[in-house]
Amino acid sequence: MTKLYNEHLLANGLKVLLKEIHTAPLISSWIWYRVGSRDESTGHTGISHWCEHMQFKGTPQFPSSVLDRAVSRDGGMWNAFTYLDWTTYFETMPADKIDLGLRIEADRMVNSVFDEKEVTSERTVIISEREGSENEPFFLLGEAVQNAAFRTHPYHHEVIGDLPDLKSMSRDDLYDHYHSFYAPNNAVLSIAGDLKTSEMLAHVRDLYEQIPSRPTPPRISRPEPAACGEHQLTVEGPGETTYLDISYHAPAGNDPDFFPVTVLDSLLAGPSSLNMFGGGGISNKTSRLYRSLVEKELAVSVSGGLAATADPFLYSVVITVHPKRKSEEALAAFDDEIKRIQDELIPEADITRAIKQARALFAYGSENITNQAFWLGHSEMFAAYDWFLTYLEKLGKVTPADLQMAARKYLRPQNRVVGTYIPTSAEVRM
Amino acid sequence: MKTVNQHSLPGPEDISRIILPNGITVLVRINFNSPSVVVGGYLPCGSLFDTDEKLGLADFTASGLLRGSEKRDFQKIFDDLESVGANLSFSAGGHTAGFTGRCLSEDLPLLLDLFADALRRPVFPSDQVERLRTQFLTGLAIRAQDTAEMASLTFDQIVFEGHPYARPDDGWPETIQAITRNDLIDFHHIHYGPKGLVLAIVGAIEPKAIAEQVEKVLGDWTNISEPELPALPKLNSLKRTITRKIKIPRKSQADLVIGTSGPRRKDPEFMPASLGNSVLGQFGMAGRIGEVVREKSGLAYYASSSLSAGIGPGAWDVSAGVNPRNIQKARDLICKEIDRFVEKGVTTEELTDCQSNFVGRLPLSLESNAGVVNALLNIERYELGLDYYRCYPDLVRVVTPEDVLATACKYLHPDKLAIAIAGS
Repeated sequence: MTKLYNEHLLANGLKVLLKEIHTAPLISSWIWYRVGSRDESTGHTGISHWCEHMQFKGTPQFPSSVLDRAVSRDGGMWNAFTYLDWTTYFETMPADKIDLGLRIEADRMVNSVFDEKEVTSERTVIISEREGSENEPFFLLGEAVQNAAFRTHPYHHEVIGDLPDLKSMSRDDLYDHYHSFYAPNNAVLSIAGDLKTSEMLAHVRDLYEQIPSRPTPPRISRPEPAACGEHQLTVEGPGETTYLDISYHAPAGNDPDFFPVTVLDSLLAGPSSLNMFGGGGISNKTSRLYRSLVEKELAVSVSGGLAATADPFLYSVVITVHPKRKSEEALAAFDDEIKRIQDELIPEADITRAIKQARALFAYGSENITNQAFWLGHSEMFAAYDWFLTYLEKLGKVTPADLQMAARKYLRPQNRVVGTYIPTSAEVRM
Repeated sequence: MKTVNQHSLPGPEDISRIILPNGITVLVRINFNSPSVVVGGYLPCGSLFDTDEKLGLADFTASGLLRGSEKRDFQKIFDDLESVGANLSFSAGGHTAGFTGRCLSEDLPLLLDLFADALRRPVFPSDQVERLRTQFLTGLAIRAQDTAEMASLTFDQIVFEGHPYARPDDGWPETIQAITRNDLIDFHHIHYGPKGLVLAIVGAIEPKAIAEQVEKVLGDWTNISEPELPALPKLNSLKRTITRKIKIPRKSQADLVIGTSGPRRKDPEFMPASLGNSVLGQFGMAGRIGEVVREKSGLAYYASSSLSAGIGPGAWDVSAGVNPRNIQKARDLICKEIDRFVEKGVTTEELTDCQSNFVGRLPLSLESNAGVVNALLNIERYELGLDYYRCYPDLVRVVTPEDVLATACKYLHPDKLAIAIAGS
């Protein structure tokens, strides 16, 4: 049998994962660093995301004016993301042009300048990014719920960071953060597409293996104590629409319980797509919560979200409350559904259906090379690539008893934060 | 300049175009690398048919198609779809109602049956109509709070004043309230039919088998009442710069849209305008606009330009999200860049970069089934020819800096701009 992918550890500690996919003349390359908002302390929130922005401001070899033009000229797509556990940069390019992406990432792993003037200019860009998010009720509510859910764990704050920190952090703070965490031994390079493994590995060695490894700071270890009671909070803001965010402490991505909770999410709020690029999702109109909330006209929409994280994070259900109903009514109907899933064993057929849905979503994502390379590296940030390869198999092993156990263990009121966005009147003048 | 492997792009020998006897056009391209199938297309049932009093009717009707049919009720439709991980949705724009769906290859017969059932036999159940109405009204309430959407909507009202494009396809709260169930039934009865229906399918299925499946579910569909789309009135160009502000209290960020109307998709100026627009506010980190507004001034997280050419004239605009106290500064910078663009055009180097980008990104835009479906629909809608993507590199490369400058001068007049601002 052909091996699905190849894994190599370079002498400097950089882990390289390569996957040959010859369906389109494209290659997607991702460099992943084990640094995210969880690695930030009070006073420096948002620093990982800001560093990500500064990585586009250039090195002596690739000044900022050259960087983006070079990638775009070759018909490439590139971007970067910062999350709770990681920061990642990718280039998807015509296969014969990927060398440029590989060179840029090798270079900016160590040579970014972090020019003082660029830091000043980017400070207001990032504050603007935060202000744009603050326009959205979902962001305001989600941020408040996340703050309430984590008292000790650094998952406490949003990736974008708090405004006072964004105003006060200095160029040296940013550079120190970059210098501390951007090292080959703290990174994973995942490449998928129209490549020959032996040739690509040799090329990667040429570009990356001479970058020296460095001691990296230990991750902040402040586990969140078990929740011991329901938190309720409200956020007030403009608009006419009431939203509920009900977030439960959830298992980490590599916890065996992650799979039954994934199936619970599928049954309650509809199957979630794992795909970051391509494929799209499917509707959720036969899910239990859609039937009990939207069909009963207590809500106009409902969705669920479970993220695969390194430490336990949240399983969140967001409800847009029907304009003629109270949030308490929607919450009561929600609780009835949770009780039902805790009290009654789920029929096997429902699980089989959830697996078929997951299989379809998996297939939709597989035709996109950027998405394939994303998973090759992303799964290494909380588990290993095998997690992704065996995902459907693990879902298939979930039993009705597993689901009942997971519902009773995680979907308890004592384990959750209930946030309500309350609209206060806002006049719009044309 | 790079070359593109022509064989990886859709072309006449691998696109099947089949016309059914009742007028339905079926476009198919095989992709045996994929276990799934994507379906997309449109019918001439857009909001151009809506009256001002019942604006949103076309969209309401399209959204109601999946709310129950003679064969299946709402729950049965979505149970059939979701049980196999398939999806299907309808919505309406100005000229057409569009649809998109996907499923595993093994489930295509089911998807096509659901699709045909929704198109031909919807019953618009009263309770579902009211549920949809509430969802629309909630959506409009959310829209009224969205600075970007309100700025864009206001921009269209200025640029397309007196033209149907000035109207939002999803209507207004009062027009959605005015629509009755009978309006939906009538709209469907009159406008939905095989004439003008275009269906593109890409995946691991033989074209002949697809044609047979489509013929089976839609081959005997007729509708003699289908009217032609109303002709578009002439668009009056702006006589002066018009600025309009929409106050949305307590918002941290304001949105700004500045621009005018651009060419139609089929106009010869489309390609020079596209390439010029790329230089202006797309290429790299959003072209010149991104450079001055974001990179140099740090005024905005996003600032870019867009060109939305369609059947009729589209909008050609620059948009940015900024702190309310920086609106004037951002506006001045953007207007200055438009001035420079119209006065001096683009350099050969800038144009070559964008041409290289347009050609080089083709494989990326066509790697997925969904990307190819979009390409096939683009070919059909604008009569580009089945060899369009094979000829595309040449169509891009033939454009000169002089063409871009002439196009910019024709459409963008710095003293006749629409400026829309929404925020606190």
